[in-house]
Amino acid sequence: MPGVETFVFYGLAALILAGAGGVAFSRNILHAAFLLLLTLSGTAGLYFFLGADFVGVAQILIYVGGILVLLLFAVLLTNRIGDVRMSNRNVGYLTAVPVVLLVAAFLTTAMALGNWARSEAVAAPTTARLGDAFLREFLLPFELVSLVLLMALVGAMVVARRAVRDRGDASEGALPAEAVSGPASLGTGGTP
Amino acid sequence: MTALLAAPALASIGLGHFLVLSAVMFALGLITAATRRSAVAILMGVELILNAAALNFVAFSHYSHGTITGQVFAVFVVVLAAAEATVALAIVLAVFRGFRSVDVTDVGTLKG
Repeated sequence: MPGVETFVFYGLAALILAGAGGVAFSRNILHAAFLLLLTLSGTAGLYFFLGADFVGVAQILIYVGGILVLLLFAVLLTNRIGDVRMSNRNVGYLTAVPVVLLVAAFLTTAMALGNWARSEAVAAPTTARLGDAFLREFLLPFELVSLVLLMALVGAMVVARRAVRDRGDASEGALPAEAVSGPASLGTGGTP
Repeated sequence: MTALLAAPALASIGLGHFLVLSAVMFALGLITAATRRSAVAILMGVELILNAAALNFVAFSHYSHGTITGQVFAVFVVVLAAAEATVALAIVLAVFRGFRSVDVTDVGTLKG
């Protein structure tokens, strides 16, 4: 008799695969963005299922709250919002599908046939040990990744700032230029 | 479905279940990144691939007698995905401003 964890796993797996399939095959890019929400939330659920509570919360905060909203902004800024049907066209199905099917078949059989150790892991919160690991063994990568974040922040700002500076001579297209100037004007505020 | 779940290999969730799930998620992300024309949709495929990799890390961490290293790497994956998405979407906006399109088959010139 399957226990409750079996049903939880298969429910979350169905959620993830439905969302990922929607992202891969939806004709509407806005639907794809919202279906990505399903996949990311399902993955966060699996993290909780695996006892990785901090990673699960970080997944919800960063992926669902940050990256997904950013993706939605990009979708809405780069499509004409008036369009009812925002197309999400594809190219090269003829070559991509066989190759990806081959990769998928190889990966899934390798993973399914692998003789993985069945250790009964305890379901206990791991946040304290995770923080310990970050400040002991992984201190250098932990600090380096903050540098990477700073560089990404500045880099994104620089790319968006050039867009604002060019706005004067490229006077067409009010919508994206206005939209870009919103967050980027924070960076240009202090410069003459 | 219940008959399927009654089989012992499928009923008790092990490491293999997570690995197969993330392999399928990786394949769907790969097909998204390979066949989409919109740069934003390609980015969604990359996010799926990164998510599959992070799920593998956490699953290995859970089923290897309580080592925490996998979770550390999962956090790094999430953080680097955030940095990547920020820069990539800024580039997408800049490309859209120049080409009036985010169709990657339209953006074919090296000299803007």
